[in-house]
Order: sequence, then C-alpha cells, then structure tokens
Amino acid sequence: MRDLYPEVGFEDRMATVDFRVGERAHITVDGDHCNGCTTKACVVACPAQLFVPTSDGGILFNYEQCFECGTCYMVCNTEGAITWTYPDGGNGVVFRRS
Amino acid sequence: MSPEPVANRARDGLDVDVLVVGAGPAGSAAAISAARAGCSVLLLERGPFPGSKNMYGGVVYGRILDGLVPNWWDEAPIQRWITRRATMVQTPTQALTVDFRTETWSRPPYNGATTYRPDFDRWLASKATDAGATLLTSTTAVGLLRDASGAIAGVRTDRPDGDIRARVVIACDGVNSFLAKEAGLYTHTEPEHFTLGVKETIALPRETIDERFGVRGDHGVDIEMIGCTDGIPGGGFLYTNLDTVAVGLVLQLPALAAQQRRPEELIARLKAHPSIAPLVEGGELKEYSAHLIPEAGFRMMPELIADGFLVAGDAAAMCLAAGIWLEGVNFAIGAGMAAGQAAAEAIRLDDTSACGLEGYRRRLEHGFVLSDHRKLQGVPDLIMSDRTQRAMPQMVANVVERVFTVSNPLPKPGFLAIATSELAASGLRLRDLAMDGLAVLKGFG
Repeated sequence: MRDLYPEVGFEDRMATVDFRVGERAHITVDGDHCNGCTTKACVVACPAQLFVPTSDGGILFNYEQCFECGTCYMVCNTEGAITWTYPDGGNGVVFRRS
Repeated sequence: MSPEPVANRARDGLDVDVLVVGAGPAGSAAAISAARAGCSVLLLERGPFPGSKNMYGGVVYGRILDGLVPNWWDEAPIQRWITRRATMVQTPTQALTVDFRTETWSRPPYNGATTYRPDFDRWLASKATDAGATLLTSTTAVGLLRDASGAIAGVRTDRPDGDIRARVVIACDGVNSFLAKEAGLYTHTEPEHFTLGVKETIALPRETIDERFGVRGDHGVDIEMIGCTDGIPGGGFLYTNLDTVAVGLVLQLPALAAQQRRPEELIARLKAHPSIAPLVEGGELKEYSAHLIPEAGFRMMPELIADGFLVAGDAAAMCLAAGIWLEGVNFAIGAGMAAGQAAAEAIRLDDTSACGLEGYRRRLEHGFVLSDHRKLQGVPDLIMSDRTQRAMPQMVANVVERVFTVSNPLPKPGFLAIATSELAASGLRLRDLAMDGLAVLKGFG
C-alpha cells in the first residue's frame, strides 16, 4: 500500500509531549540482570522507547521522556531489575490534550 | 519546588481530617464529599496541576456527576457530546460496524462526552477547592505514616518537612498505587491484568471532523474496535474532540512484550486500516500519550479498606473494561464520593479503624461501582480471550462478506451453509461458541 500518511519520526513524536525533567532519575536498572535477559521485554513495550539494547547484551535507558506509565517494571521478568518510582513532585510528564 | 511546610499544624499533631492522595476524578470526588461533610481536607497532587499525569481512551459518562455538581454540563470543559456510538469488528482487510446515534444524547442531561483530561480533572479539582479542600500540587507522596498501633496516620511527601498527618488517608494515586501496595491491600499484581493504553491526539479542522464523522455543532463520535491489535489481546478506539481526533490502542502487557511491534507501530497499523485511514488522514500529531489501565476489574481488585485508609479509582482497579462498556472516570468519581462520605462518617463517629470505615464498602456495594463490577466480573477475561480477539472477528467478517457478495451466476447460498463453512474454516468449535454465548448471557445478565 502507498504510504498515504507518512509517520512522524520517533523524536518528533516525543517532541509533542511536555516533560519537566528532574535531576533525579526515577528509574534505575540493574545492568547485571539485563545482561542475562533473553526477552528484553522493556525494549519493545515501553511506549517512550526509553530502553535500548546494547551490542554487548546490556540495556541503555534514560528516564527523561518517561510517561510514568509503569509498563517497564510490569513486563520485566526479572525480579527487581527495574526499580521505578514517581518523579519528584512537579517533575515528569505534563499532558495537555490527553 | 517551594520550601514552605505543607500545612499548619493543628490539634493533636494532625494536619487535616482527610488526606486525599491524587487529584484525579476519584481524588477530587473524595475531597468534595469529605469537605462538604465538614471535614478539613488536603488534596495532594504530584503533577504541576490536576490531570497533568492523566490520559484515557476517551469518554466521560457524567450521570454520576449530577449529584456532585448540579448542571455540570454548563461548566465542565467538554469537547463534544457523544451522539454516535459505534462498535467495530476489524480484520486486516475488513470492518463490520454497529453504528448507533440518538439525538437524546445531544441535550441535557447528556450521556457521554469527550474531554481533555488535563482540562476536566483540573475543573473537577476546582470543585474540591470550592468546597473548602486545600489543593497542594507538585507534591509526591513517597510513603505511608503509621501510628503506634500500625494504623495508617498520614503520608510522607517529597517536600521538606513533608510529613502530613491525617485521620483518614484516601489513596487515589492511580493504577500503579504504591500507597495501596504499601498498605498491604494488594496481595500480588499480575501483568496479565493490565493493558497499556497508547494514543495520538491529531489536529484536524473542525469542519473536516464534522464532515468525516457526520456530525454537527458540538456532537461527537466514539468508535470502539476489536480485532485491530495484530492478535495482541486488547482493542482500539477513535473519538472526536472539537478540533482534534484521538486514535489509540489498548494492549495487554505480557502479549505486547512477547511480540516485536512497538506500540507506535501498532497505532500506525491501525491508522492505515482502510476503515480508519480516511478519518484521520492529513492531521497533525499534537500529542502522543500513554498510560496503564487496570483491565481485569473485580478479579484484580485489592482489599479496599485498612485502618485509617481507603483506596479508590484506578488505584483500586475500578476501571470497567467489559467490551461494550468501557468506563472508568465515572467509576472513579462514584468510588471517590463513597470514600469521602465514609471517611467523614468515620471521623464523626470517632472510629477510623477499618471497621469504622466499613461504610465505604457498603456504599460501593449498594451503588453501581461494586454492583456492576461484581456482575460483569467474567466479561474482561471473555473479551481478552484468543477466540474473541482473533477467530471471532475473522469469522464474523467473512460471514458478512459472503452474505453481501453477489455470486451470480451461482445462486445465493443459504445463511446456514455460509455460517457452517465459515465456522469450519475458523477452527472455532460450536461447543466453545456455545460456552462463550452462555458466558455472555451470564456475564451481561
């Protein structure tokens, strides 16, 4: 099918969302768990694509454009590999037209 | 962040009678009810304003608001009033739609409405402050405070000097409710019980939306879909705001994680579907959003009451995902009202133990919140089953396609012949369909 409606790139997609980035990372990832993880469920499921596999089998992540949905820790199949809290008050995602 | 203390210390070292955590629909409704019953109320919100963390899949059913804000429709920040409600069964190349419209829903007291949650939730929170509650934004509750007996006595916040003591804490802190978990109300959570909602808000001229969706003025359309998720249990939605449309998917977490397409790719797939593409083409993406949904209803609900503590709304898994009925904001408001009233009652009778707060459960049981959830408890599983998600849409669409395909010079086949052969082709067994039919009858009663 002809591409009638070209998709925006992922960076442009995320640029539609207002984020107030705090100093503290509200997500932490225990890399030791990731190296042995075969599913890397967070990579495909995180709607903000915050988890990126590295060539050596690990995971790179950032917390800055997080929707604070909780998908990552829910799908992570290793107990405690992803530690997730809410950002400090006032920080994080600010929806406008949701 | 401002460094002021959170509240003036009052009698008994208590800051307030009722502390509500989360200024979404449940929290604001709780704050309104408790404040109107004479309690001092602090309404805590971790975002910079109420609604800033919230998104949904697109319709607020306002009947429960009638008792809270009379003539709410005159002032609530509504986008469009739903006058067309469509349910669509999709396959990759087909779509069968049941499309209902009524003029009754276009005038007070209305039925459903679309809104932007940052607008709606902020408006509802303003009703709480009107009622006398104090709203404190940009403040995250990071843990519970307990008294010597173990009863919950407040929350710790991330503000300096940020402990807030209250006689009753009402946790309306959303689907991830760390407070309800810390309080021990959830024995466990299953990822299978949650879906990810992802949505695009797409700008189109108002006249274009009117033409494409066949509506005028402030009338709007809500289309709910099944069979549009590439086999992942879930569904899709498309609804109209005034000058945007919102299109999105709900996707069961473990199934989403077990395949290779990312959420935005699955939305792109839906937007390219021949039934959807003409409705959304040419629009500009204004906002991409995502949120978890507690999908399993009654069967995933936590305990609702502890000593000094109530939980309401998404935090208590009160979203209703029952196929033809997809509701949540109304359930949150209903539960919040019950929680606020029960907290006030317990304070008046000077017993805020779990026993003293039992009025919360009683109100929910007598009202729609737990009645509906109890009655429909089997439906979410049925909707998310492989049969409903994959085989049924294909079989139904094939049957309809054959019924309407004119096969001259061959004579028309009988309905029974079509149904029988498509049933065989689908791999569905009559026995399973009969079981599902019974489950539907039982579930929807």
